[in-house]
Amino acid sequence: METISTDVVIIGAGGAGLRTAIALAETDPKLRIALISKVYPMRSHTCAAEGGAAGVIKPDDSFDMHFDDTVGGGDWLSDQDCVEYFIREAPKELLQLEHWGCPWNREADGSVAVRPFGGMQKKRTWFAADKSGFHILHTLFQTSLQFPSIIRYDEYYALDLLVDDGRCQGVTAMEMRSGQLRQFHAKAVIIAGGGAGRMFPFSTNGAIKTGDGMAMAYRAGAPLKDMEFVQYHPTGLPNTGSLLTEACRGEGGILVNKNGRRYLQDYGMGPETPVGQPQLKTMELGPRDRVSQAYWHELQKGNTVTTQWGECVMLDMRHLGEKKINERLPLVRELAASYLGVDIVKDPVPIRPVVHYMMGGISTNTQAATPLPGLFAAGECACVSLNGANRLGSNSLVELLVFGRRAALSAIEHMQGLPATNTAALNARAEATQLRIRELFSRTDGTESMSGLRKEMMDTMEKNAGIYRTEEGLQEGVDKIDELRERYQRVILTDKTNVFNTDLFQMLELGSMLDCATAVTVGALARKESRGAHQRLDYPERDDKNFLRHTMVYHQGQAAPRVDYLDVVITKSPPGVRDYSGDHK
Amino acid sequence: MKERLVQMEILRYNPDTDTEAYFQHYEVVCQEEWVVLDALNKIKETIDPTLNYRWSCHMAVCGSCGMMINGDPKLSCHTFLRDYAGVIRVEPLAHFPIERDLVTAPDDFMEKLKRVKPYLIPKAPKPISEGEYKQTPAQLKRYHQFTLCINCMLCYAACPEYGLTPKFIGPAALSLAHRYNQDSRDGGRDERQEIIASKEGVWECTFVGACSEVCPAHVDPASALQQIKIASSIDWFQEHLMPWGKK
Repeated sequence: METISTDVVIIGAGGAGLRTAIALAETDPKLRIALISKVYPMRSHTCAAEGGAAGVIKPDDSFDMHFDDTVGGGDWLSDQDCVEYFIREAPKELLQLEHWGCPWNREADGSVAVRPFGGMQKKRTWFAADKSGFHILHTLFQTSLQFPSIIRYDEYYALDLLVDDGRCQGVTAMEMRSGQLRQFHAKAVIIAGGGAGRMFPFSTNGAIKTGDGMAMAYRAGAPLKDMEFVQYHPTGLPNTGSLLTEACRGEGGILVNKNGRRYLQDYGMGPETPVGQPQLKTMELGPRDRVSQAYWHELQKGNTVTTQWGECVMLDMRHLGEKKINERLPLVRELAASYLGVDIVKDPVPIRPVVHYMMGGISTNTQAATPLPGLFAAGECACVSLNGANRLGSNSLVELLVFGRRAALSAIEHMQGLPATNTAALNARAEATQLRIRELFSRTDGTESMSGLRKEMMDTMEKNAGIYRTEEGLQEGVDKIDELRERYQRVILTDKTNVFNTDLFQMLELGSMLDCATAVTVGALARKESRGAHQRLDYPERDDKNFLRHTMVYHQGQAAPRVDYLDVVITKSPPGVRDYSGDHK
Repeated sequence: MKERLVQMEILRYNPDTDTEAYFQHYEVVCQEEWVVLDALNKIKETIDPTLNYRWSCHMAVCGSCGMMINGDPKLSCHTFLRDYAGVIRVEPLAHFPIERDLVTAPDDFMEKLKRVKPYLIPKAPKPISEGEYKQTPAQLKRYHQFTLCINCMLCYAACPEYGLTPKFIGPAALSLAHRYNQDSRDGGRDERQEIIASKEGVWECTFVGACSEVCPAHVDPASALQQIKIASSIDWFQEHLMPWGKK
């Protein structure tokens, strides 16, 4: 197996990975940086983020307000030292992107424009129409092209971390074009592999979001934190699951049920605000968890609209007018027209909540370091505990910038004065990957169909780990995922050739998703309270006495994982009431 | 939901096992509202796991799933079955080498993208602490359209010039260079000009306009190339006929 020796390996070349790579290259131009991704950077799912990125820049806003919104939005499960670091770095990172050419929308005087977003008490979301993630990703990718020290390995599928002497020192990866394995030896490894929304059948996530980075870290001994917190975005297209950005509501769109009632007022987000005059932090600008949960209650009450795509509620943006829609929401208009045949200028569009984002991930601290020395993580794959139990819209695009850069700085610090590499030991670890892949190809007792197993996993996650959960349902989910992991050992690889074998990659991705699904269901079963996006019908209240702490799930091979807890860091905001009624001011 | 039996003819090629490419016929029951990509996914899941193609976002923004559909370069996630009758023929993107089945090698495009220096070269660099570069909505509008390129390479597959003259830098990369040249914050035009006004640059373009017709992001590369040509001609006149007029 060919060995590539480098200083730093980054796994994932989306927003977080690219930001990390640029920070490394800028800080120390002599560093050799290997940027590995299973897709070309522009294909990374950062491109699908729409609404924008939050950072305090306007004179009527303050760090304290961004702090309070984030901590309260996260139902007090955020680490407050992390939030404090984040809010101060956020505007710098967004300005940095501006200096790199990001086409942010502007005010008439040429300054950067901001828009309202759910759960935020001030307008502080920087945006580039409704293609903010797309522009951030392409700005970062294009900027990265000027740094010769960033060596990209596009379409390399990362397999296993190489850990020796208690330190992460590299990774094995398969060149997808040839099917050949390579090992990367490095002083530090940064995972920026994105989320795992594809565990669920109905998701805004692209096909590539299969939790490979999370699973890789987990298998290597790093814990996954708070995985039970899965964000449902309130407004997805009912057939494809494509995201209709929260900016639809930020710009003034309203949600109505089959009776035409703006039902959010019935779930603690009232009183009703005048149509076309959205008020911050209430009604349609409530936080995502609450708005998605309100849909579930409407469904139980029979208040949803029956469409050919299932039960929906209606998102009405007609009153915004064609001009504003074209200027601020062109992608939304295009998506609804193409995939649903609805022109949002003329008609309300049916929508329903859709799995969108993993608050949980590889456990990291505010320095973006995991508990495994030499291993760092940033972006959706990481759980740095910024988002707590519910992420506010427009915090994640900034998170990947702030902690992508932070991971780079921490990695550089880590690299100083390391002991020599034991190459033979790393080679031996890499051999294990080779054997694992070889076994998949030579397996003769395969009896399980991969797409069948994948469907069972998705159905289990939707049925047992959805918006509302119960002890009984979660136990069934844990057992079922456990059974699927066992049956996964007998999946058939149909395609046994080498070149761009997507049958193989989908099989590996299924393995990653099953690991993540274990952590989600086990964490959810153990958390006997309701907080943010984790809602238990049998434990409807938040329980700060027992659960003001992070769930830590440790891999134990084929055995059930070990669950442990870590205290939440509270610096200045004791747990309080989340009030999104119009009276909160 | 209405269903329909769709017939597809898909180009297959595996360098491990095939000496040449061939078409394979599939029949698959699809929903009327599906896109071509949905049909491919159903084939892969239920009929033939060995079929290979790229895809991710299913919303025409990641640019992964470009392929030839009945001879036209299209994003398969944005090409609707309802617009096709009879057998649908699916092939890899034209003008790029095939890696396997519908997967092509974009190396040439990636290299060209890098050559045009598609990043901001600040006109007047300043530190972050001094805040944003001011840019009015009108200044943003001058280049905004050219920021929308998703790098799907459909324009390269459509461009007859690129088919004939592979060294041609091509529509997407040139449009991106133009995007930065038009940006009020940028001062890198002279650096880029060496490449974009070279022989393999904009002058290879013969204005067929196929790039703009197939662009799923409405970038209109043809107009970018037209604007570059005009600007480059003005440069030439200023340099050779009116040397006193040079900036």
